[in-house]
Amino acid sequence: MLAIVGTVPDPDFPLLDAPVTLEGKVLLVGDHVIAPDRGTPALLGATAQACIHLGMDMPHAFLVGDEGLGKGSRDLYAHLVNVLPERSYATLVFHYLQPDVDWHNKVLLSVGEMHPRPRLVADAGFMYAAKMSGEASAYDLFTPDVGELAFLADEAAPHPFYTRGFILQDETRTPELIRRTYEYDNGAACLLVKGSTDIVSDRTGELARITGPSEEAMEAMGGTGDTITGMACALIEYGLPVPDAARIAAQANRYAGQLAKPDPGSQISDLIPHIPLALSKAMNQ
Amino acid sequence: MSILDLFRKKDSRQPVDSQVDRGLLVFAHTSEVIRAEKLLKAAGWTIKVMGPPPEIQKGCDLVVEFPLMEKLNILRTLTESGTPPLEIVPVTGPLLAPVDLFQVKDFGNHIMVRAANMKITVEKSTRIIVNISGGGCPDVPYIATQLIGRTLEEAPAPRDIGHTLCGYALDLAHQEILRQCSP
Repeated sequence: MLAIVGTVPDPDFPLLDAPVTLEGKVLLVGDHVIAPDRGTPALLGATAQACIHLGMDMPHAFLVGDEGLGKGSRDLYAHLVNVLPERSYATLVFHYLQPDVDWHNKVLLSVGEMHPRPRLVADAGFMYAAKMSGEASAYDLFTPDVGELAFLADEAAPHPFYTRGFILQDETRTPELIRRTYEYDNGAACLLVKGSTDIVSDRTGELARITGPSEEAMEAMGGTGDTITGMACALIEYGLPVPDAARIAAQANRYAGQLAKPDPGSQISDLIPHIPLALSKAMNQ
Repeated sequence: MSILDLFRKKDSRQPVDSQVDRGLLVFAHTSEVIRAEKLLKAAGWTIKVMGPPPEIQKGCDLVVEFPLMEKLNILRTLTESGTPPLEIVPVTGPLLAPVDLFQVKDFGNHIMVRAANMKITVEKSTRIIVNISGGGCPDVPYIATQLIGRTLEEAPAPRDIGHTLCGYALDLAHQEILRQCSP
C-alpha cells in the first residue's frame, strides 16, 4: 500500500490516519472533504486519480492541520514514530511538513523498524529536513524544483532561503547542480528535477530528459510539482522502477497541462481531471 | 536501519550537525537578549542563550539560539514587542546571507517573480494575485489561500501572516512584485 504524509493549511484540521477515497469529484480522507488545490491535497488528488487509473488500491493518508507554526507537524511526527513500526507500506511519501531535523531522524528510525522497509519519497519541507539531517541517501526519490535543487547542491545551506549566490538557480546549470548534490551526498537514489526541462538522474548521471510538450504557464501554477510527485508515487507503488516512474510522471504532467490549456492564473484543480488520459498517453510511449 | 546508522561517520566534507536547523539572534545589548529570551520562552519556543561564534562581529557577548525555520514568526514577535534583533544568522553558517536575487518572468498579461524557492504571479490589468507556487513549509499553502484572488492592495503581506523561512522568501518575492507593478 501507498501512504502519504503531509499537512493542510487549516489549524483546526484534526490529525487523520485514514484511507483516501474519491467519490465522483470529491476527495475524502476518512470522512473529511479535501480540496485538492495546492500542497499535499493537490498531491493526494493526483495520486488518487492515478491509483484509480492504474487499478490500484487507494492510498492511505496521514494528515494534520498546520498553518506554519509547526505544532501540527510535530504532533504528526510523534504519531508516526508510534505507529509506523507496526504498519506495512510498500511506498511512503513525505511532503509539506515543518522541516525539523530531530523529528526527521526519529521518523526515519521508525521507518527502519518497518518490515519490509518501504520505498521512501520526499518532497517539500520533509525533503529539506532529509537534506539537513545528512540522511538524503536513505531516500529513493526526491522531486525538487530548480530552486530546491540549488539548496540540495549547497552543502552549507540550511534552507533554500540561504542558498549561496554562486550556486545559481539557473536551469542551464541543472546537470552541474545534480553532480554537486551527489558529490556532497545530499541526493536521494533518484532525483526528478522539475523545470522547463524535467531531468531524471541518479548518482551515475542523467537518465532521462523530458522537454515537451511545454506549457509555459505551468511554471506559475501552484501545485504542478505536487501533481508530478503524486503520479510518480502511484507509479512506484504500481511496480515501476523509480527512474521510470519519475520519467513517466513528468511526461504525463506535461500531457495533462497540454489538455488543460492553462494560463498563469489557472489552478491545479483545472489540471488534475486530465491525469488519467495523460498517464495513458505517457505510459503507452 | 539501526540506530547506529543515524550516527555513522559521514563523508568528511559534510559533517552532520544537530544544530543545522537552528539560527542565532544577535542583539546590540545584553538587556535586549534577556528581554527576547523572556518573550520567546513565554511564547513557547525552545530557545537557548549562549555566547556568539567568532564569525559574528556585531552585537553584545550573548546571542539567542532559536528554531531557524520559524524565523519569520519569531522576527515578527520580537519586532512587535520593540526588541528587533540586529541580525539573524544560521548556526551552521553565520556568514550565510538570505537570497537577494530575484527572477522576473513576463507572461504578457501576467508577471511572475521568484525569490529562492518561492514564486508569486499577478495579473497585470487587475493587479490580482493569481498564483503562488514553490516552497515546502506548511505556511505556504496557508498564505496562498489568503492572497490568491486578492489585489496587491487588498492582500496581506506574507510577512504579516507567514511563519517560516519559505514565508520569508515569499515576502521578498511579494515586495519585488509590488515594486515591479508600481505605477
